[in-house]
Amino acid sequence: MPATFTRTPAEIDRKDTGIGGKPPVDRRPTGGGGGDDNWDNHPQGRRGPRELLTRYRLGLFFALAGDLMFFIALVSAFFVRQNAGHFDPRDNYVSDWHPLAIPPILWINSAILLLSSLTIEVARQHLFHEVDVMEEWLGLGRPAVRRASPWLVGTVVLGFMFLAGQWIAWQQLASQGLFFATNQNSHFFYLITATHGIHLVLGILALAAALCALFLLRRVEMRQVVVDCTAWYWHTMGIFWAFLFVLLIYFQ
Amino acid sequence: MAGESCAPALGWGHAVRPGVQTQPVRGRWFFTTDHRAIGIAYLLLSLVAVAVGTVLSLLMRLHIVWPGLKLPFWGVVPPEGYMALVTMHGTLMVFFVLTTAPVNGFASLILPAQIGARRMAFPLLNAASFWLTVVSFGVLLAAFFVRGGAPISGWTNYPPLSAIAAAGPGQAGGVDLWLVSIGIFCFASVLGAINLLTTILAKRCEGMTLLRMPLTVWAWMVTTVLILFAFSVLFAAVVLLLSDRHLATSFFVPPGEVIDGVRMAPHANGSPMLWLHLFWFFGHPEVYIAILPAMGLTSSLLANFTRRPVFGYRFMVGTTLAIGFFGMLVWGHHMFVSGMNPYAGTAFALTTMAIAVPSSASVLGWLIMLLLGRGSRVHPLPTPMLFTLGFLSFFIAGGLTGPILAQPVLDAYLHNTYFVVAHFHLIMAMAGMFSLFAAVYYWFPLMTGRLMNERLGKWHFWLSLVGAYATFFPMHFAGLAGQPRHYAQLTGSTSTLSSLLPLQSGITHSALFLATAQLLFLVNLVWSVRRGRVAENNPWRATTLEWALDDAECRVSRGPYEYHFHGNSDDFVPQCADEAEQE
Repeated sequence: MPATFTRTPAEIDRKDTGIGGKPPVDRRPTGGGGGDDNWDNHPQGRRGPRELLTRYRLGLFFALAGDLMFFIALVSAFFVRQNAGHFDPRDNYVSDWHPLAIPPILWINSAILLLSSLTIEVARQHLFHEVDVMEEWLGLGRPAVRRASPWLVGTVVLGFMFLAGQWIAWQQLASQGLFFATNQNSHFFYLITATHGIHLVLGILALAAALCALFLLRRVEMRQVVVDCTAWYWHTMGIFWAFLFVLLIYFQ
Repeated sequence: MAGESCAPALGWGHAVRPGVQTQPVRGRWFFTTDHRAIGIAYLLLSLVAVAVGTVLSLLMRLHIVWPGLKLPFWGVVPPEGYMALVTMHGTLMVFFVLTTAPVNGFASLILPAQIGARRMAFPLLNAASFWLTVVSFGVLLAAFFVRGGAPISGWTNYPPLSAIAAAGPGQAGGVDLWLVSIGIFCFASVLGAINLLTTILAKRCEGMTLLRMPLTVWAWMVTTVLILFAFSVLFAAVVLLLSDRHLATSFFVPPGEVIDGVRMAPHANGSPMLWLHLFWFFGHPEVYIAILPAMGLTSSLLANFTRRPVFGYRFMVGTTLAIGFFGMLVWGHHMFVSGMNPYAGTAFALTTMAIAVPSSASVLGWLIMLLLGRGSRVHPLPTPMLFTLGFLSFFIAGGLTGPILAQPVLDAYLHNTYFVVAHFHLIMAMAGMFSLFAAVYYWFPLMTGRLMNERLGKWHFWLSLVGAYATFFPMHFAGLAGQPRHYAQLTGSTSTLSSLLPLQSGITHSALFLATAQLLFLVNLVWSVRRGRVAENNPWRATTLEWALDDAECRVSRGPYEYHFHGNSDDFVPQCADEAEQE
């Protein structure tokens, strides 16, 4: 048995690529090899400690772009229906678009969602705090996990509060006799809040998964990936809600 | 590149080459995340779908000529039955053949290798989207077996016919299954597109700059962007329609809708036009989703078999991007006679004419390649090249009627006639299928390690070419004579259309001939998997990376189509060849 071993092709073919034995902090490699400015020789994509993170972020970004198109389709349907009145035989413009009074609790809900974006951002930042990451990478402890997880739990709580607030808003509308099928406008109010709510339920599930992953995953990079992607998803849902909220409030 | 040897292939479902995960997949195929195995599985799914779709189309052809014919298990097909055949034929072919095979199937199989990646960005996601597609396929076929049978509102499922269960047989459970199936398909396709896009952007090997990617990869990239945008919108439309059907909303049902003398009360003031806009915002990019990969493959194969570089590589990339961009802006040309604002019609006519420019530019590029390569081409032309030329022929023949239909004035007469049927069957169905055949013949060694039989392949090509033109070209005349689509029979209380019966009878015979010719392909497939000639390494002497050895350290230092070299012993330089070897 030789004291050293050479890498076999099977090892190059390991499941997760691109760590290169370096800690997952964002530092440009210096010295050793390369150094020429020939851009043809630079690796494509991004090799290095953050390759996994880049790849998962890219995938999430495309998924959210598709999701954006989904909401754009709903919003464009909203405007089409809003302007779909007709002229009756006496040349009166008849529209069945009855603006509904948005429950004021939506303002509180929006504030809660905004706050949850802040808490998850704090959690995400903790996962990338360089000293902590180095400590975790060296196996000296789990400071990043310890600091991030309370913020994640806080985000979950805020997420549930938002959903509960939406539920109360529905109850208030229902008590006024406005249901999903009542009129054109209520169709859209319920549809938009419900589809966005489903996205938030998925987000809470992702948060729960991320919390578990923080304690179960052994690799620092993967812990970063899970929290980072969940955070960007959550932020995006917050931004979507901001637009949808403006639509529901001001474009009735 | 010199002296490497491609390991003999192991067969279906196995990782074909060394260097990739060669876990034995026997018994574990269900869980495999190997992109090649998944690509082959996608193609097999498409093969089943195209077989079912072809049988349905033959039943339609028989019915239109002999409406009184009694079919086994079904008896005389009622008019609604004919419409169910139309719907299911269209849905199967558009979604499960022309989307699944060229994008998901061949991209899974080939794309990672072509950019020098060992695997997709998210292998597990790839497997998930495949199995979702299978579920979607099963749900769609289940529509045949529910009460009322399959939906009758066509693959476009226009409301109010599709929005109200009482509107006809098949409009209750059938449409629900159709919508669920398409919803799942949207989801699976979007997942697949995310995976492919990320793979292209993040997994390219060293030196594989964007402008060194093969044109197939460019085509797949634009296609996946289109999928991402188009299928998300279709998903929204499906959600709205389902809520119209089951939650008593009225997004799509117009006011005062009366069915069987009963006024549809809960539906207050919806707009079918809204569905048309949402559907065709998906539907038109879908055409390019089906045909862009074929265009990329055509450039690659023409370069390979004329042994010359692609004419104007950057220019071809530009046309691909332009077609993808304009493809998102032309959906209204399906709606000229729908009561849309005439000014909007003019705008859509203009964008549609504009898209003819990059398309014609691509065709001119290919023709120039053929012209320049007539001295250096491979002799005799192998089957994949023949099918590529077939694609080119159908692309031109079908494309020429595009600008005709793009004019609102002409479309007012031709809309919903057989002229349109002829147009899209030539440019989408036949061009797409011929390109798929080219791809199967060309990449078969990467699936099985064997080549397909050339003699059978050539018979298959010529018989298909004759059969396809004989089937679809005469439909132009039927359309000009005024025969509408979706009519179950030509004879009846009036005799206006019965003079077209001989023409339609000829089309039916040609269709039967065309379908029979495809048996040659099946025979060839089965025979070649087991007995085909074992392919040597890089049998077509191609430059792109999918033919390079997998465990070689991939480092690209040149463009994808470096043919026609005289400096070295061969007339081509593979993309991954060392710098020194070029000297």
